[in-house]
Amino acid sequence: MLEGSEPLALKIGMVSHAFGERKALDNVSCAIAPSRHCVLLGLNGAGKTTLFSLITRLYDNTSGAIEVFGHDVRRQPQLALRQLGVVFQQRTLDLDLSVLQNLIYHGALHGIPPARAKRRAEEELERLGLAARAGERVRKLSGGQMRRVEIARALLHRPRLLLLDEPTVGLDIDSRQSILDHVRQLCRDQGLAVLWATHLIDEVQPQSQVIVLHRGRVLAEGPRERVVAEAGAGDIREAFSRLTRADDAKGGAKDGDRAA
Amino acid sequence: MSEAAPVRDPRPLGPAAYLLCLRGIVWREALRFLQQHARFVAALVRPLIWLFVFAAGFRAVLGVSIVPPYETYILYEVYIAPGLVAMVQLFNGMQSSLSMVYDREMGTMRTLLISPFPRGFLLISKLLAGVAISLLQVYVFLAIAWFWDVRPPLIGYAAVLPALVLSGLMLGALGMLLSSMIKQLENFAGVMNFVIFPMFFASSALYPLWRMNEASPLLYKICVLNPFTYAVELIRFALYGQISWPALAVVAGCGAVFLIAAIMAYSPSKGLIARRGGPGG
Repeated sequence: MLEGSEPLALKIGMVSHAFGERKALDNVSCAIAPSRHCVLLGLNGAGKTTLFSLITRLYDNTSGAIEVFGHDVRRQPQLALRQLGVVFQQRTLDLDLSVLQNLIYHGALHGIPPARAKRRAEEELERLGLAARAGERVRKLSGGQMRRVEIARALLHRPRLLLLDEPTVGLDIDSRQSILDHVRQLCRDQGLAVLWATHLIDEVQPQSQVIVLHRGRVLAEGPRERVVAEAGAGDIREAFSRLTRADDAKGGAKDGDRAA
Repeated sequence: MSEAAPVRDPRPLGPAAYLLCLRGIVWREALRFLQQHARFVAALVRPLIWLFVFAAGFRAVLGVSIVPPYETYILYEVYIAPGLVAMVQLFNGMQSSLSMVYDREMGTMRTLLISPFPRGFLLISKLLAGVAISLLQVYVFLAIAWFWDVRPPLIGYAAVLPALVLSGLMLGALGMLLSSMIKQLENFAGVMNFVIFPMFFASSALYPLWRMNEASPLLYKICVLNPFTYAVELIRFALYGQISWPALAVVAGCGAVFLIAAIMAYSPSKGLIARRGGPGG
């Protein structure tokens, strides 16, 4: 297995998307290497969820290309989607079913036999410290526990790229920290590539790659240190506010020619 | 971009995987349904009230002469029973449509749509799951109706099964198509007013069409154009071991059209979802 022969975990090339008049994404390009932890940083309305919707093919990208491990999501959706684990911003568990039933259902959606899905679910839940809650109705779990179940679910079909859209919204500090740690660990130990969308700047890990998305455009992309250095800032928070403020200053001067 | 498959690509999904997926979707729908006791009770009480109260009250008013497939004079209860069976399916179809809108708002729809199986297959599986639940409701209703002297021949109970599958698919597909057009949950009241009631009343469910024709030729024409009429007639004839070919043709044809439209509405490229302003954030 040659290192260099492996395609990128995620490659987004010149993707634009508009809802009627409103341009949600404007010529977005970025990439994530396998096993990398990447934080997609942007304020609410920056276009993060739209980007996720395009990657997960809720609807098609009409311009540009999106590839997951070399598979174009429009032309080879099956191969692309099988490599993807997704945790959506909204809670998407069936509240009236048990934790295990939710996970087995997800397994079925990926063609995994119930017995195997159950075994894997128990493994994942064990790792997340939720093994004892497997038989419980999801409704009885706390927000943080639900999130962890959703992560277990996203990993059930053994994807190689994990997408998380604002996964810590509405969680208390402890739950938040435990989810941050868990995902970082997955990335490190299992070689999972991670795209973590957030507006919380302190969720950028020291070794993270950073993509700054603002008003539908990528303002900066690269390892955290480089993004900070290139913005001439002291830390990532300052870099983010400099980048976005400079862009806002350009203000209405919009549509098109962004510096690549 | 390379066509060469990366080393760790999973094996392609074969027919067994498709079956597992279908089974999983039906299983989840059944689990949900069985947990919603209230929904089960409502699904039964609704047609039973029509049967026990409405039919009893109108028995004296409405004489039903001998119309095929009946060979003798029949009680009004017996006449409306197939219509009520179709109503159970109509409500069930719309209820699934409602739950799809709900699923979409709550996000659970997303978990279905990111499955690697083709979207058409996922939606058909979802429809079949809804049909399976409507079958359960219908047979319980028919069992209760038996004690109320609605007693089609035994063979009818078997013969009606394929008819119910077809009519359930047609009504479910209609519901699915509507669900793609309904933006928010609150609009379901509109579905009740503008879909369920007109479809039910302007059909042969409660009165034979010839009677309608005597009352108003225009209404008669509306009833003849209403696909629900054909679902009712398909079920009515099947319950007496007969096939109504025109009804079969209309139900199958409309079902196919609704289904194709629904799949297109949910397809990522032609989809209505994409044009609807998309997600927030």
